[in-house]
Amino acid sequence: MSFLFNNFVELTVTGLVLGAVYGLVALGYTLVYGVLQLINFAHSEVWMFGSFAAVWVTVALGVAPGSAMPVVIGVLLLALLAAMTVSGGVALLLERVAYRRLIRLDAPKLVALISAIGASFALAEIMGLRDRVAGWIGLRDTLDPYVRSARDNTRFQNPLETEGLFTVGGYTVSNVDVIIIVSAVLMMVALDQFIRRTRTGRGIRAVAQDSEAAALMGVNRNRIIRATFLVGGIMAGAAALLYLMRFGVTRWNAGFLLGVKAFTAAVLGGIGNVRGALLGGFVLGLAENYGSALIGSEWRDVVAFLLLVVILLFRPTGLLGESLGRARA
Amino acid sequence: MSEPHIPLREGSTAGGVPASTVGQTDDMGRNRFGWDRLALSRRVTALPRPAKWALIGLFVVLLYLLPLLEIPILSTPDTDFGAVLFTVASYVLVALGLNVVLGYAGLLDLGYVGFYAVGAYTVAVLGSLQAQLSWWLLIPLAVVITTISGILLGAPTLRVRGDYLAIVTLGFGEIIRLTALNTEWLGAAKGITGVPRPPSVELFELPHLQWEGATAVIDLDDKTKFLVFGVADQAPYYWLALTVIFIVLGADRMLRLSRVGRAWEATREDEDAAELMGVPTFKFKLLAFACGAFIGGLSGALFASRQGFINPESFQLLLSILFVAAVVVGGAGNRWGVIMGAIVVAYLPERFRGFEEWRLLVFGMALLILANFRPQGLIPPRRTRRAQAVDEQLDALEEGTDRV
Repeated sequence: MSFLFNNFVELTVTGLVLGAVYGLVALGYTLVYGVLQLINFAHSEVWMFGSFAAVWVTVALGVAPGSAMPVVIGVLLLALLAAMTVSGGVALLLERVAYRRLIRLDAPKLVALISAIGASFALAEIMGLRDRVAGWIGLRDTLDPYVRSARDNTRFQNPLETEGLFTVGGYTVSNVDVIIIVSAVLMMVALDQFIRRTRTGRGIRAVAQDSEAAALMGVNRNRIIRATFLVGGIMAGAAALLYLMRFGVTRWNAGFLLGVKAFTAAVLGGIGNVRGALLGGFVLGLAENYGSALIGSEWRDVVAFLLLVVILLFRPTGLLGESLGRARA
Repeated sequence: MSEPHIPLREGSTAGGVPASTVGQTDDMGRNRFGWDRLALSRRVTALPRPAKWALIGLFVVLLYLLPLLEIPILSTPDTDFGAVLFTVASYVLVALGLNVVLGYAGLLDLGYVGFYAVGAYTVAVLGSLQAQLSWWLLIPLAVVITTISGILLGAPTLRVRGDYLAIVTLGFGEIIRLTALNTEWLGAAKGITGVPRPPSVELFELPHLQWEGATAVIDLDDKTKFLVFGVADQAPYYWLALTVIFIVLGADRMLRLSRVGRAWEATREDEDAAELMGVPTFKFKLLAFACGAFIGGLSGALFASRQGFINPESFQLLLSILFVAAVVVGGAGNRWGVIMGAIVVAYLPERFRGFEEWRLLVFGMALLILANFRPQGLIPPRRTRRAQAVDEQLDALEEGTDRV
């Protein structure tokens, strides 16, 4: 108990950092669920591909930590762009390969879930076998820095040096912490405005509300579905870079647990609810940190799942409980 | 068992339902490719009853002899074939259990591995770590405890609606694994060794076959002692599991055809309508959960007593997902389809262990392709097929086009 109070600020800040990442990944689940009522099981792989894209950009540019500020910012922005592009691309590919046919056939949800699970396996394995794949196309030596030890942890060399900004309650809040929390909130606000104000956003809300009626009103449903996957993927790409800036490693199967947590965050906030995703992420991150401080860090994941179960049993619509379709403009 | 049966059922479908509702298949059983896929089944149906029983009996005997026959293409070159067969059999058992929950009652359970774990841990903890009970006592105990845990878990969660149920069960599955991982009393991360094996009786020895090209020779050096549950030779465990499967299949058939089975089906199709018709849906959903837990626990108990050693690593969430994949790939709701699915999910990765690195990739792609091009499962339930045929006919009528 005293551990919790002595480290309260640190636990809160790291909880919020973790929660920001959960929240951004959760958006992908929440958007797809809102529009299609499907659990996009392979979304974690979208995030994982984004994290590798960010790593590869820093490897390719080879910037040492402690470079001039404009260079650091440039590299980070390029990594962000690469992560968003790759994640968005993988999300679109996923929609094409795993979902489009099933949506057209109006297949049972369960089948779409299996399809997504298959896609998730395949994507993770492709990343885990990337050295073999490179050898296959005869580029093993050229691509060596990108594909070596494919089954191990891949380190991200953060060009930005961690610096303490200010100290509260015995914990020095670092620049990385602030960047992560602020950018997650900014991205969230941007997305919220996108859903509320743009034409595509209106389409997304319309399809989420009633896809047949939306189609009758002239909304191109397939285009909207693609846009939903793309937006979710872009957010996952951003989350990937933020995650790497703080935690520094990724691996081919890192997506799975993060995906389950992010989905938990989405459900916590009220699945289908865009604002709820970030709130759910923050609540989950904080609960995990406080919980593991109270009863031991090995119970961390148990706390997360218990929270999920309790919320679903007593407030199944989540904290905010509003669906994507009912969001007001 | 499945081989002669499927055509039998198909034949009876074509016979029992007016030809016009069979859709793509005309009354001669020809489909749109002009290939008479019911020819064999009609021939089997026409056989006199004793001959049919003889065929089924022959097939059952063949199933029991599989580990001894060492058939060249079927056998796994890299691992003991008996062990692989046991793995396949335990997947089949789990899939049959999950089929009750998912296929009959329509409840998506993503934490099924939790029941499997409870069964396995009961045997391990009470048989080795905390007490040394006899194996004959452990198995019923494991089953009872798992069933109770199923009811305890189901009672609060089954009030949650469809998609959320999947997530709640997923959460519970992980909680069970993590609790085992973190609790010293349950062996924590290092697991539990010395799990009791089934008691052995040495009756006689059975020789294996050895193949040279297409000719088989009886290999007198390679023998399986009948009913010695040891470490090296895994065939007896397979026989045990196969026997359990037949018992479960019998019970499954009786349940399916009874009032309970119909209540499950009604609940799955439309819960509100079922409730209005006087089906206490919650009670029946709970019953389905308990039945599923029963079979899952039994399978876990067998797994633990075969393995002799368990740790939380054996009960990853991934396994739950593989179980669901087995049921859905095969065709949820059809016990033969589910068995097919379990064989696909368990056997293929073992058979191609030589390609260790690529097998999960291939497995993922296979799931993807199967889901996209065979969404109803490999062998869908008869009802689904009939409903589909009717749907297609209605479509054809509405659009004024003939799809045949």
